[in-house]
This record gives sequence, structure tokens and C-alpha cells, in this order.
Amino acid sequence: MAVLQMQKINICGLKKDRKSILEILQSSGVMEVTKTAEEDSVFQKMDTMSYRQMFEKNALLADQALEILQNYAPEKKSLLAGLEGKALEEAAHFKRMEKECETILKSVKQILGYEKKIAESKASILKVESQIEGLTPWLNLDIPMKFSGTKKSAVLIGTMTETVTLEQIYEAVAEKEPSLDAFDVTILGTDKDQTCIVAVCLKKDATKLEDALRAVGFARPSQAVGEIPAQQVEEWKNQIQGLKAEVKSLEEQIRAYKDQRKDFEMLSDYYRIRAQKYQVLGDLLQSKKTFLVTGYVPQKDVAQLEEKLVSRYDLAFEQEEIAEEEQPPVLLKNNVVAESAEGVTASFGLPAKGEMDPTSVMSLCYIFLFGLMLSDAAYGLIVSLACFVVLKKYKRMDSGLRKSIKLFMYCGISTLFWGVMFGGYFGDAIDIISGTFFNHKVSIPALWFVPLNDPMKLLIYSMLFGTIHLYLGLAMKGYMLVKDKKYLDFFCDVILWYLLLTGLIFILLPTELFSSISQMTFNFPPIVGTLAKASAIIGAVGILLMSGRSSKNPALRIALGAYDLYNITGWVSDVLSYSRLLALGLATGVIASVVNQMGSMIGNNILGIIVFIIVFIGGHIFNLGINLLGAYVHTCRLQYVEFFGKFYEGGGKMFEPFRRDTKYVEFKED
Amino acid sequence: MGNFMDNMGIVFALLGAALAVILSGMGSAYGVGVAGQAAAGVVTEDPSKFAKVLILQLLPGTQGIYGLLVAFIALSKMGLLGGGVQEMDAATGLLYLAACLPIAIVGLVSARYQGRTSVASIGIVAKKPEQFGKAMLFPAMVETYAILALLVSILAVSAL
Repeated sequence: MAVLQMQKINICGLKKDRKSILEILQSSGVMEVTKTAEEDSVFQKMDTMSYRQMFEKNALLADQALEILQNYAPEKKSLLAGLEGKALEEAAHFKRMEKECETILKSVKQILGYEKKIAESKASILKVESQIEGLTPWLNLDIPMKFSGTKKSAVLIGTMTETVTLEQIYEAVAEKEPSLDAFDVTILGTDKDQTCIVAVCLKKDATKLEDALRAVGFARPSQAVGEIPAQQVEEWKNQIQGLKAEVKSLEEQIRAYKDQRKDFEMLSDYYRIRAQKYQVLGDLLQSKKTFLVTGYVPQKDVAQLEEKLVSRYDLAFEQEEIAEEEQPPVLLKNNVVAESAEGVTASFGLPAKGEMDPTSVMSLCYIFLFGLMLSDAAYGLIVSLACFVVLKKYKRMDSGLRKSIKLFMYCGISTLFWGVMFGGYFGDAIDIISGTFFNHKVSIPALWFVPLNDPMKLLIYSMLFGTIHLYLGLAMKGYMLVKDKKYLDFFCDVILWYLLLTGLIFILLPTELFSSISQMTFNFPPIVGTLAKASAIIGAVGILLMSGRSSKNPALRIALGAYDLYNITGWVSDVLSYSRLLALGLATGVIASVVNQMGSMIGNNILGIIVFIIVFIGGHIFNLGINLLGAYVHTCRLQYVEFFGKFYEGGGKMFEPFRRDTKYVEFKED
Repeated sequence: MGNFMDNMGIVFALLGAALAVILSGMGSAYGVGVAGQAAAGVVTEDPSKFAKVLILQLLPGTQGIYGLLVAFIALSKMGLLGGGVQEMDAATGLLYLAACLPIAIVGLVSARYQGRTSVASIGIVAKKPEQFGKAMLFPAMVETYAILALLVSILAVSAL
């Protein structure tokens, strides 16, 4: 239960060692380097931008090469591959990358080059194909398209803009040039917006005929080829064959690299690591002979880091007090169970300076309330087993994911517990199955009670759990105030509220109003009633007088006190908010019984059993999914709004150490 | 006429159960629908956010389930599931109808608003995926009122 103590560290070393020192800092990954102050005439920053960009580009190239490899030589990945995490590689591989990076980068560039050629060839294929398409109407022409005639005759080859028949052409020419009679027109082919024709006539009539034809929309072809069209198309088809073969061989050449995938992954990470190093290098202050690194290190790691550096290099390693106004980054450290809920705390906000880490108390409440909302023994068993198997199978899972899955495992166990208490095993599946298919109704009795038969009882208990949860929140606030030695605040903001609330609760419990709602009667001895009244009055008066203690003006002070007293309505709505425990718990059970009942409607025969199994599996997967989501969202809400609302604000900055932040593999430290 | 009204009980009761499913289902369909449109937009830009936006899309879907829940309890109390239909006078039927109304009406309205809040939260996830925890909280706030209505409906139906 703690925020790790951070230590501010200054390291001043010789400039010649700077890269190797940075490498040690990076591979140990325990220091967050702060962006240092202004440059002056002695200490200046170095411009590493161009190197950094080059390394980032190389990492990106390797990524692209991997993507291309995945396209041509797909590597099978299971659906759960995302859980596997990064493989751990020997430190020797990192050393090898230093030596071989150029060679491997060459292979990467080769792959990218092949890919580019493939793209070009595919574009050429498309271009030639469209040319072939353009020539298709001319295929019947058995002379070259540019042929203009023999010694005596002229040949006109071209298109009419619309679809026309031979008759229409002859008519049009006869109308325009009645004198022409020795000519011949042939239609070669038509498509939807043109008609290809060839006309033959005597050479002397050529202009007349062309003019006559032009009047009805004749034009020379825009894309004329020198060859006979059929031959030309044949040639182009051969060209396409050639291009296709080329693409195939290029693809084969890319596939040949498939065994080097691992190398490319390491190369990409290697350049990524170097880019990160150069980014930090660019932020360092350097003089002619020395350089300066400042940053935060968790106190537990300081000694080890100092040892590592001082033993190898000549440098000054200095610890500095963290100034009052400084906000050191936050790293949480918790026991095995509480650690699993760190993600829940982090997504609300890490503790700000001076705040305590609420994770350990919150994690227990989280697991308790989650189980109460899902509350089905079978679902709990499934969830916890599934999480357990995943945790066992994927050892190298990303640590954040690992923690969340662990949290769900604990929540599953809690769900199992509450399911047994409330008698929910896939809802009422046991009753239904035994009643429908074995004609003998068996049911497992609830260890405590069945919520659907007595919702009022669970509602009261939900509010009781809520009150305890909220009291715990107030206690956390008290603990923080006592730790900071703010005893007056502790008395006014915590003790007085406890007095007021406890008093009010004990006044409410024996009333007729409460017993008529809850069917529970409380009979306290009269002294309890008197004590309750006294405590409520002391609390209320105390809050009225003390809440505005920061204000000097007495009238304003009372007004502020009265306003704070009004917060009692906030407490009422907070407690009522826990009624969602009942609503969500009932939702799981009722939907499960709807599923069971739907499945059993056909009755006890073969078809009935098949339908039951299908409906049972589908329905319960749906119910489990939707209620897991509901329980997750609403447990988070109860923690964030009701529980944290009492004492916790957050706003700390996450500890982001300078480390090897990789994508594919992790390298062992030297 | 009196005789006719006596037979209307079961009609009113069934109308209540039907409204619980119809209205809250309509609300959820709208809510999940608009959130789904926003979620699809985010996924076209960045498919890796699929799981997060899917959760946000599903949040307004619960009202429809709450409606189903109330309707189911009401139907089984009326004896419409298995067993024979109970004789019911008009007053009892109207009581069932009234008991179903909270989740029916609040389900309709809250699911629509929750859907719009989900759309806004999907916008948060699109720009700042690390703020998912907070983004999830805003639609969950709207849901509170559906839960309160559900609670009253359940308590009322099971007390009848």
C-alpha cells in the first residue's frame, strides 16, 4: 500500500562516456529523465534530431518489411496472440544487432525494393490491359491501322461517334455527295458509344468521301497503332504474361526472406531503442568535456544504480532533496492481490503528492462488490478458471494486461462465493434440467437466501454494504489527515460526520417507517435512542460551527457550516446508489432463468435436448458477457464516484522511466 | 360492462409487460445505434480501439435488458409462463401496468441520453485512449436512473 519514495538524482560525467552511460541507464530502466533547464554559455544541448529521425525511419522500414512478409508469407497467429507478450531475447542478440544492423537493413531495403517493383509491374499490367480493351473493336481489321491506301485506292479508317448501321452511312454519303459511287464501307465492330468502320474508295475521291463521312460524325482514331490490331493485341498479351511472371518471381524472392522475420523484428526494436537514446541525448546539457543528467529514481533502486555507474566510470552521482513545489512521478507498489487493481486506480488518476495510494483497500472492495453484482457460482467459476489458464499459459504477458486478468480472476472467485450464497448456478439451470429431462426436480438451496424471493432483504443489505464502504472512505480521509498531523481537521471533517451519521442511522432504525419498508424491527434499549440523538446533535452542531473555520467572518462561517451540513443529502444519494448491487445481481439471475426456460420449452425429447443445449450455450455466453460488462462498469463507478469521492482526488503523474521501449522483443540486460 | 371490465385485467397486465419491453427496447436500440455509428467511425481510423469503443457502444444496451427483466417477472407472476392464466380483475391488471411503467418510460429516455453520452465518450477514446476509465464513467452516470427505475419496477411487481 504505497507510493514508492522517489529520489532526485544528478549525474555528472565525462562527455566521452555519455553514450555508454545512457545505455546503462536505458537498459536498467529505473530513471525518469527530466527535461533540464535552459541552456547557458557553458552548458548547451546537442541537436540529435537528424540522427533520431534516421533511426526512427529505419525502424519504420523494418516494420514495413515485416508487413510485406506477412502479406506474401503469412505467419499463422492464434486469436489469443495478443496475450503472448514480447519474447525475451539474449543480450547477445542486441550485441549482434550492433554489428549486423547494416546488413540486415540491406535485406529490409531489398524487400521494400521488390515490393515497389511488384507494384510497378502490377500498374503496367493494368495499363496494358486497358490498351487491349481499347483495341478490341478493331480486332476484325486485317490491315495495319495506319494503312492509308494502295497506288490507286484510299483507305479511311476511323470511328463514328454513335452506333450507326451500314445503311445509315450509305444514305448519309449519298445525300451529301451524290456523285460518289465507287466506294465501300465495312463496319468492323460497335460498342456502346462508337462504331468502327473502314471505307475504301478511289484515291481522287478520298477527300470528298471523308468530308461526307465527317458530316455524320466520322473521326480518325485517337490511338492508332502501327501493327495489325490482332497482332498488336497478341504482342501485348505476351507482355502481360512476362510481367505476371516477373511479379511471381519477385514474390518468390520476398518469400525467401521469411526465415529472417525474427531478425527484422529485432532490427526494428534495435533502431527504436537507439532513437529513444538519442532523444534523451538531445535533452541533456553538455559542456565541452562533461554532461549532466537529472531525473527521478525510485529510492529502492538508487544504491544499485549508483554501484553500477560509479564502478565503471568517473562521474559524480549526487542525490538531491525534492523541493516542496516539485511533483515527483508516481510509481505504485502493492502486495499480490492489491497490485491487480492498480489499473483501476490509474485510470481514475494516480495519487497526487501527499495523497496515499488507495489501491489496497479499494481492491478488496472492488472484488467484494464485483462478486455481489455478478453473483452466479457457475459464471464465477468460468471466469476465474479462464483467467487462471491464461495467466499460466502466457508467462510473458504485458504487465498491465496481466494485472487486469488477475483482478478478474479474483473477481471470479468472489462471484463464485456470492453465487453459492444466493443459490445461482447458471441461474436456475439445475432445477430446470432435472425437472424437464429427469422428471425429478432437484435444487441446490441457497446458503443465505434467494434474492428474487426476497428483494427487499438484499436491498437493505446492499445499502448496509454501501454504508460500510462509504464509512471506509471517510476513515481513509481520517487516516490521511492524522498522518499529516492535521488533528483539528481530523476531528471536524471526520469524527463529527461519523457522530452525525451514526446517530441518524440509529434514530432511523427503530422507526415504524423503516420496519414497514424492510420488514425488520429493531428494539434498542432507550439509552441507545438517547445516545443516538445526542451523537447526531453533537455532530450537526459541530459541523455547523466548525466547517467554515477558515473564514473569519462569523456569519459567513455559520453559512458555510450550514452548507456543509446540507451534504447529508449527498450521503443519502450515495447510499441509495448501492441499490445497483441488487438490480445487477437480479439481472444476472433473471436473464439466466429466461435462457433456461426458453431452452426447455420443447420438452423432454431428442429435439428438445438439442435445442436446450444450443440455447443454453448461446444464452449463457450472452448473459455472462453483458453482465460482466455491467459489473465492471458499475463497480468502477462505485469506487470512483462514491468511495473516492470521500477522500481521493488523484492527479499524480505516472513514472515513465527512460528504458528500452520496444515493440516486438525484449532484450535481456547485460 | 362490469363483466367486460373484469376480463380486462389480464389485458392491462400484459400491456404493462409489453410496454416495459417495447419502450426500453426502443430506447436501447436508439442508444446502441448512435453509439455504434460513432464507434464505426473511430474503428475506420484506428482498428486497435475496437474493444474500447465496443464497450462504450454496449452501455446504453442495458435498458432493453432491464425491460425484459421486469416483463419476465411480471409474466411469470401473471402465470403466463407455463401454468394457466390467472383470473385477474381490472384493478390488479392496472396495478401491473403501473408497476411496469417506471422502467418502460425511464428506460426509453435514459437509453437515448446514455447513447448520446456514449457518442461523446467515444470521442474521448478516439483522441485520448488512455482516458478510457473516465470516458466510461459518463454514460454510467446516466444509467443510474435506469437502475433506480428498474428497482422500483421490480419491487412493485414482486410485491403484487
